[in-house]
Amino acid sequence: MTLLVLALAVLAAGAAACLCAGRSRAANALGPVCAVAGCLLGLAATLSGPFGQTVSGVLPWGLPFGSGAIGLDALSRLFLLPVFGLGAACALSGRVNLAHCADDRNLGAHWFFFNLLLFSMVLVLAARDAVLFLVAWEIMSLAPFFLISFHDGEERVREAAWIYLVAAHLGAIFCLLFFLLLWNASGETGFAALAAASASGGPGAASALFLLALIGFGAKAGIMPMHVWLPAAHPAAPSHVSAFLSGAMINAGIYGLVRALGFLGPAQAWWGWLLLGAGLVSALGGILHALGQRNIKRMLAYSSVENMGLILIGLGAGLVGARSGDAWLATFGLLGAFIHLLNHSAFKGLLFLGAGEVLHAAGTVRLDQLGGLQKRMPRTGILFLVGAASIMALPPLTGFSGELLLYLGLAKGFAARGLLEQIGLLGSFFALAAIGGLVFVCFAKAYGLAFLGEPRSGAADKARDAGAAALWPLAILALACLAGGLGAPWIVSLAAQAADQPLTLYPAVAAQAPLVAGQGARILTGVALAGLGLFALVGVLALLRAALLRGRPVRAFRTWDCGYVAPDARMQYSGASFSEPVSAAVGPSVIAKETYVAPEGYFPKRAVLTVAPRDLLETFFFVPLFELIGRACDQAKVLQHGRIHLYILYILAVLVGLLLWKL
Amino acid sequence: MNVAALFEPLMIALILTNLALLVTSRTGVLIRLIAAQGAILAFAPLFPSSNLPVHLALLCLAVFAIKAVAFPYLLSRTLRRIDADPLIEPYLGANLSAAAGIGGLLFSLWLEHRLPVPPGLFAPLLFPAALTTIFTGLILVVTRKNALTQVIGYLAAENGIFLFGAPLSRQGSVWLELSILLDVFVGVFVMGIAIHHINKTFESIDVDRFCTLRD
Amino acid sequence: MAAPAVLRILTALVLAPLLLGVINRVKAIFAGRQGRRLSQPYRDLFKLARKGAVYSRTTTWIFKAAPVVSLAAILAVLVLVPLGPGGPALSFTGDFILAVYLLALARAAVVLGALDTGSSFEGMGASREAAFSALAEPALFLCFLVLAASTHGLTLGVLLRGAALSSTAPELALAPIALFIVLLAENSRIPVDDPNTHLELTMIHEVMILDHSGPDLAFIEYGAAVKLWIFCAVLTGAVLPPLTGDPWLDFALAVAGVFACAACVGVVESVMARLRLPRVPKLLALACACATIALILTLWR
Repeated sequence: MTLLVLALAVLAAGAAACLCAGRSRAANALGPVCAVAGCLLGLAATLSGPFGQTVSGVLPWGLPFGSGAIGLDALSRLFLLPVFGLGAACALSGRVNLAHCADDRNLGAHWFFFNLLLFSMVLVLAARDAVLFLVAWEIMSLAPFFLISFHDGEERVREAAWIYLVAAHLGAIFCLLFFLLLWNASGETGFAALAAASASGGPGAASALFLLALIGFGAKAGIMPMHVWLPAAHPAAPSHVSAFLSGAMINAGIYGLVRALGFLGPAQAWWGWLLLGAGLVSALGGILHALGQRNIKRMLAYSSVENMGLILIGLGAGLVGARSGDAWLATFGLLGAFIHLLNHSAFKGLLFLGAGEVLHAAGTVRLDQLGGLQKRMPRTGILFLVGAASIMALPPLTGFSGELLLYLGLAKGFAARGLLEQIGLLGSFFALAAIGGLVFVCFAKAYGLAFLGEPRSGAADKARDAGAAALWPLAILALACLAGGLGAPWIVSLAAQAADQPLTLYPAVAAQAPLVAGQGARILTGVALAGLGLFALVGVLALLRAALLRGRPVRAFRTWDCGYVAPDARMQYSGASFSEPVSAAVGPSVIAKETYVAPEGYFPKRAVLTVAPRDLLETFFFVPLFELIGRACDQAKVLQHGRIHLYILYILAVLVGLLLWKL
Repeated sequence: MNVAALFEPLMIALILTNLALLVTSRTGVLIRLIAAQGAILAFAPLFPSSNLPVHLALLCLAVFAIKAVAFPYLLSRTLRRIDADPLIEPYLGANLSAAAGIGGLLFSLWLEHRLPVPPGLFAPLLFPAALTTIFTGLILVVTRKNALTQVIGYLAAENGIFLFGAPLSRQGSVWLELSILLDVFVGVFVMGIAIHHINKTFESIDVDRFCTLRD
Repeated sequence: MAAPAVLRILTALVLAPLLLGVINRVKAIFAGRQGRRLSQPYRDLFKLARKGAVYSRTTTWIFKAAPVVSLAAILAVLVLVPLGPGGPALSFTGDFILAVYLLALARAAVVLGALDTGSSFEGMGASREAAFSALAEPALFLCFLVLAASTHGLTLGVLLRGAALSSTAPELALAPIALFIVLLAENSRIPVDDPNTHLELTMIHEVMILDHSGPDLAFIEYGAAVKLWIFCAVLTGAVLPPLTGDPWLDFALAVAGVFACAACVGVVESVMARLRLPRVPKLLALACACATIALILTLWR
């Protein structure tokens, strides 16, 4: 506990120091150093002592209405791991990548908000009091606004930051409402009191609270349809910020949801199914949208929507299982969700930082202008490849363990009670497989088009690897991806302790959960063994290949051009063409908007094909919705005409109205 | 070999013909499939017991003659005569139609579980197979543009209704069965003529064109 | 005593290329030709293994690693898949998921190797391979789910005990049908892909490996043969239960089953034409639909 408070203090001090340093060059050293020191202290706090131990304390800091109660349990520790791990890596990477703009940008302000974001995230995860939680939540929602708008000279960036701000606060309203209602019922703001109070309310009240929590926290996690801020904000933000937001901050939404479920007492039957359904929609919608993208960072943002969907599928399955007394489904659902969350932090952080390196070296992350980077940026290439292979869930890397547990939990759906339940679970399994296939296409495209083949632009041709200082944060994350795959059994034991917390409401399931978790650990041991075997096999075959080639002529030549004499880099497959078969199979309009002007006549002059990715919900729901609101607000302008005596009449009318209403 | 053991494969074959009806994109194949379905249905009244009264055998033969031979022949004759487009233009693609059909199967299984059907009335799988067939017919009617395909859809729906009646055929309600068959026979006959006339008048059997008649 | 796992793996390693020979022979018989020798695939492999290699200047180490990684992943799957009585060498709950993802790893290696050449043709093949496998993979999983629902097991050793023939439930026959379609799609056979076509524009698998030569090509070809063996073994396992009770005889029957699958592939290749590419997803959707009906009816029972 002391260590955690110390970490908080270092982060707060770092933030303050950066603010003082201002535009001076020291800010770019001070900020990252404090962030890394805070993160290392935090990691020590998280991993020292038993993982499942519950400790609590009170911050020496009075709050109106509430108290500064903080605490640590397995759930908080699990969610703190990516915050500290990714926080340190992103700070280190940010230091290098921001160095070149130290003269014309206020880096002090940037690092102030970065440290503040870390500070508030730790506080969100450690808070044991509703008021403290909400204050921290609000800071956590505000700080990214300033981080995203770092390049505020660009119109696109300003717009993205505003979209983020609006989305974050629309979500925050629901969170606020959730806690206000709970507070109203209990009269106290401590988490323990809230949990006790909500149990007294009826099932209707609990369901309403559940929906509020789902919308409020879901908006933070980027669950569809509240995902629109992710694809806007991530490409606009500096890469180390996108990496942290995508790998760590959106997890807070999941954390909030899990905690909220703990307050609401035993779940009703439909809650789990709603979570499962929302997760499926997010995952499928996210990956389909990702497929159409040609900007790597936008693609990664949509992929975050997809991954949050997978986590939600796990939570939903866990809830369904817990509710029906199915320990297998409950445990594997929750374990799958938690482990996938950790995995996602590792590989998504790595991929965003890798995209940042590409942006830095080539000046763009548009797939249609990249290519051939593996040759020019070999180290970044292999690190990005590790991230891409992890997100494709290829064994033995880390992405596989979480998805395997999700699959396993759902696969026993045939043992569920009713036919519809069985079909629901096995249908989710099928959807998970389909999502897996689409992720494969998406990231084969991302890595293959950006890093392989010939460069599609001069900038890509001139791209070179950054120095070791910029790359070793990525290397740490890549190692985490590898270790996460081989060390999955150990991670299962951590996640199992975290899963105990939401399962306390279902004692029958909780009693069997450790057994099932042990089974999961054994399964993942088998997978890890198979992974080691695979490495050995690769080694043996590589030796065999070398032996076969020894003494044989090995020549270098140009790529086989199928008889065409003047192939050039522009003839390579492009982003839109790579995803065309999938888009044709799922319906072209889902992925992108195509306009096609066919060539006509014997001497055709003009033919155009444009494929522009678009967001279905943004195009057909949010834009019309906000236009409608805008028009309604325009109508309301009638009331605002500038005549002061009429304004006073309004006040009078309201006062009289209130009087009449209360009489 | 127990005769009753053959009933379930028969029903599954029926469900499969439904699936095939939904995914096929050629009118010719559609007609052959509906013939296959008729042939399968002709065996349905024989179950569940293995003794075979004469009137039942005759009924089966009649069903076979009408559903597996006569209708398909009429339909394919119409198809040849009106020179229609051999490809079906669906409003709903093959994959979604198949998904809808599978949804129908799921719904019928669920409904069978919920409905207070007296036990033993329906042989296993008969109820879902029959209801799925009706759904398939309705999906075909709703989502296909071609009038000929719609007739086939009506036939499939009627096949489903017939299957519901199959368990009753042993209790001597043959007349009821035959009257249904006759109704449909006349219906199809009229439809065939109607299509012929529509085709003559509009030079197409695309039902979209009927919209111009609404005023 | 059951045939030891090592023997089964060795059988697969040795006999896998023969499957290609069998398919070719069946096609030759249908076409009224004499056909190549059954041992021709072995001769091809040895010829390739003894050659040097040509590498494109565009390529990186990814291109050279691709054949090695893909073959290694496929061989790792071989360890997980049982054949005949007695379980596989390595078995744990959910091993079928690992097997499918290892196949995805093999595919990823080949796809990235193809993209590494910078050729538009190979990019085209890579894109098609990735897209069609994204559709074939769910169908494969559905088949496994049907088997899981009927056997109540989650390991390949239990799933592949011949549920289709040993059970009286007729709907289980649909799973092997779907599995066979997946087999055709995953192994680039007609009607999905034509392994013997000569026009790059119409290829899927073959166009991805245009630039591989020498031992690299041998690795990929051998990997494809072993992959075909794996799928045939899965199909055999889904259909054929241990019939005689004598482990050695059952093992021999299972091997015969694998070759029977290959013969079926040959028959299909002889009597069918290749589908237009936009129709391939429909074929795979049909496989999914068959498997879904089987799954629903199995659960309903």
